Amino acid sequence: MSRLGRFALLAPLTLFGAFIIVVGFGLRHDPHHEVRSALIGHPAPAFDLPGYDPTHPGLASSDLAHGNVTVVNVFASWCLPCRVESPQLAMLASQGVVVHAIAIHDTHDGLASFFRNYGNPFRRIGLDDSGKAQIAWGSSGVPETFIVDGKGIVRLQHIGEIRADDMPDLMREIARARS
Amino acid sequence: MITELGHLALWLAAALALVQTFAVGVGLARRDPALIALARPAALAQGLLTAVSMAALFHAFATSDFSVKIVAENSHTMKPLLYKYTALWGNHEGSLLLWVTVLAIAGGAIALAPNRLGPRFKARTLQAQGAIALGFYLFLLGVSNPFARLAPAPTEGNGLNPVLQDPGLAFHPPLLYAGYVGLSVAFAFAVAAMLEDEVTPRWARAVRPWVLAAWAALTGGIAMGSFWAYYTLGWGGYWFWDPVENASLMPWLAATALLHSVAVLAKRDALRAWTLLLSVAAFSFSMVGTFLVRSGVLTSVHSFAVDPQRGLFLLALLGIYVGGALTLYARRATSIRAGATFDPVSREGALVLNNLILAAILGVVFLGTIYPLLIDLAGATPLSVGPPYFQATVGPLIILLFLALGVGPLLSWRRGGTRGLPTKLLAPALAAAAAGLATLLLARDPTASAVLGFGLAAWVAFSSLVILARAPKPTAPIVGMTLAHIGVAVALVGITAASTQTQELLASLHEGQSARMGSFETKLIAVGPIAGPNYTALRGRFGVSRHGEKLGELMPEIRTFFAPVQDTTSAAILSLWDGDVYVTLGQPTGNGAWQMRLSFRPLVTWIWTGGLLIALGGLTAGFAGLRVRATRPSGYRASAPAWSAPLPVPAE
Repeated sequence: MSRLGRFALLAPLTLFGAFIIVVGFGLRHDPHHEVRSALIGHPAPAFDLPGYDPTHPGLASSDLAHGNVTVVNVFASWCLPCRVESPQLAMLASQGVVVHAIAIHDTHDGLASFFRNYGNPFRRIGLDDSGKAQIAWGSSGVPETFIVDGKGIVRLQHIGEIRADDMPDLMREIARARS
Repeated sequence: MITELGHLALWLAAALALVQTFAVGVGLARRDPALIALARPAALAQGLLTAVSMAALFHAFATSDFSVKIVAENSHTMKPLLYKYTALWGNHEGSLLLWVTVLAIAGGAIALAPNRLGPRFKARTLQAQGAIALGFYLFLLGVSNPFARLAPAPTEGNGLNPVLQDPGLAFHPPLLYAGYVGLSVAFAFAVAAMLEDEVTPRWARAVRPWVLAAWAALTGGIAMGSFWAYYTLGWGGYWFWDPVENASLMPWLAATALLHSVAVLAKRDALRAWTLLLSVAAFSFSMVGTFLVRSGVLTSVHSFAVDPQRGLFLLALLGIYVGGALTLYARRATSIRAGATFDPVSREGALVLNNLILAAILGVVFLGTIYPLLIDLAGATPLSVGPPYFQATVGPLIILLFLALGVGPLLSWRRGGTRGLPTKLLAPALAAAAAGLATLLLARDPTASAVLGFGLAAWVAFSSLVILARAPKPTAPIVGMTLAHIGVAVALVGITAASTQTQELLASLHEGQSARMGSFETKLIAVGPIAGPNYTALRGRFGVSRHGEKLGELMPEIRTFFAPVQDTTSAAILSLWDGDVYVTLGQPTGNGAWQMRLSFRPLVTWIWTGGLLIALGGLTAGFAGLRVRATRPSGYRASAPAWSAPLPVPAE
């Protein structure tokens, strides 16, 4: 190897200096901010799903911009945490909030038995057999819950089951979406 | 009381590191033999004192002394004894004590090792090792004290994250740390070589066994961690490109490049500055990794609790050590005479190519690891960099590396030319073509990557065998190299098979029901509760058969731990000669059926067998270096030219 140029000798030190500056800033910077859904503040994605039965027709993006705040619950009858949140959904429905559902990879029998055991608070139920609508919503698992305002704009994404102590926050967000 | 003794031992070790750094430094500057002679006993005592300190902390964990903060936070009386011990390194403070202990024991080992480069050089090396240790003792004692007490002491501990309760975790961190902290010896040797103007082939021969030993331990540690992920995390993955995994991969890549370039320096007195830089870089990446993992600057599934004060402290240490060594490099490397020259097409040329490709891989892994931070600082939407990036960037480089691996060792030192190369490469080329063709005709899923992967593996394996067969005498370095390169081929077979030929089935089964996947059939016999030592579990019993022939019963579990409360899945794995049957139990579907996942992962264990072979190859070559050293008198400078003379046959 021939004699190295001055630059080649300084390059490692320079790169290291740049690294120190970057991570120095990185340390002052709080990396633990919440990762928000990219959909927040944007219209709900376009989708159109078939319904569960005549009283619970399918769900499409056009059903979400009727001037009312709606809650869209992404769930599945085979999902355990979805059972845990059913009382909370029932409470929302009893307070006059319109709650729609998107059922992921589900069967009619599975849903029927789920509703028998845990109640059915939903106005409309869209069957998402392919999971494509779930992906369009940016949902990575079940259950997830979205609050959509009267203009069809997504206001909140709640990941995981709704627990009793999540309710005040959720109600506040619904009230804010109404105003 | 014992805890306080451990704490005291750590302070004493720090005081000795201070002596080793400054008193020995003054001694070296004034050429005062009395002060220089302090280095050896100080390094040995440090090794002992840190071991005492570890023993004291082990004692606190074994006796569940919850007045010690990290015991209360990470252990529990109900925990089986082995996991009480291993909880020591399941947290920031304890694992850092392990880190520092490895550093001090490595210093003790330098002190004990035969004196190849003279007492002055050894004292200089120990001074550098002591200086590194000093900073980390202060970090440990100042902001990460593992012996901190808790008052009032709780009556029960919080328990260890159940995922970490596994025999794999008992041995993975110590081995991993032995590897990446062991690289500190190469760092100290490089600093000493720059200060003492000793960048010579005999320096390379002296540092080589240390590099090989640390590299072998690191290889073993990484392979073990990957195996642990495979069998505990429950979905059959074995490498996730997580920042913490990358933190151990980066020093490994640098050390792999180093052990190849150190061979060139030892044999041919070429690549002096570059080898020096790699010696500094390998342990620097260990420290960078430690910083990235423990400062909270990146978020990772493995990260320890975050504390900005610790991050700043580590950043300062990093600046002093890495910055110091690189400054020294920039100042001193100009005075390093250019080494021997060589043809581009020669063994040296091939090793330079190896180093360039490894450095490129290191670069893309490093960039991928810190990219989320860069993008976050630039104010863009936070993102994470995942396997697709690493596969797309590292993949093509690996292909190049393995192609070169088949050719390089067949070239001669110094002399250029490709005469005789086609004959030597005939067998590997035919083997690669045969493997590719066999994949096309016989594989269940003959994708392009499968053909390429199996073909390359045959290429590397056969070329390594040709080298062994053509060697005039199978010396330990040649056997070591062959073992390691065949290990690479074996691991490549495993990775290719697992990533291209895996079969998978998701099903929900009632008890008594069966599901079929290709030639496999599985039957859910029963699901029932069982009680473990500190958990309860639901255990499924699955009968598995292939082509109608019973293979055995698999019993995956879903475990619910009490302290802390957490569910984990425990996969059941049945290893067959040609692959693993992997069964995990999922959630009940509510109508009496259970979700389950069945997969067949062909040749997946070859990945870790390959890793083991690579580590064994490193040890074989490393011990050869030790034996050579033991048989030579310490002041054998006169024989050095004979060693560095060009050899007509490849001997390494």
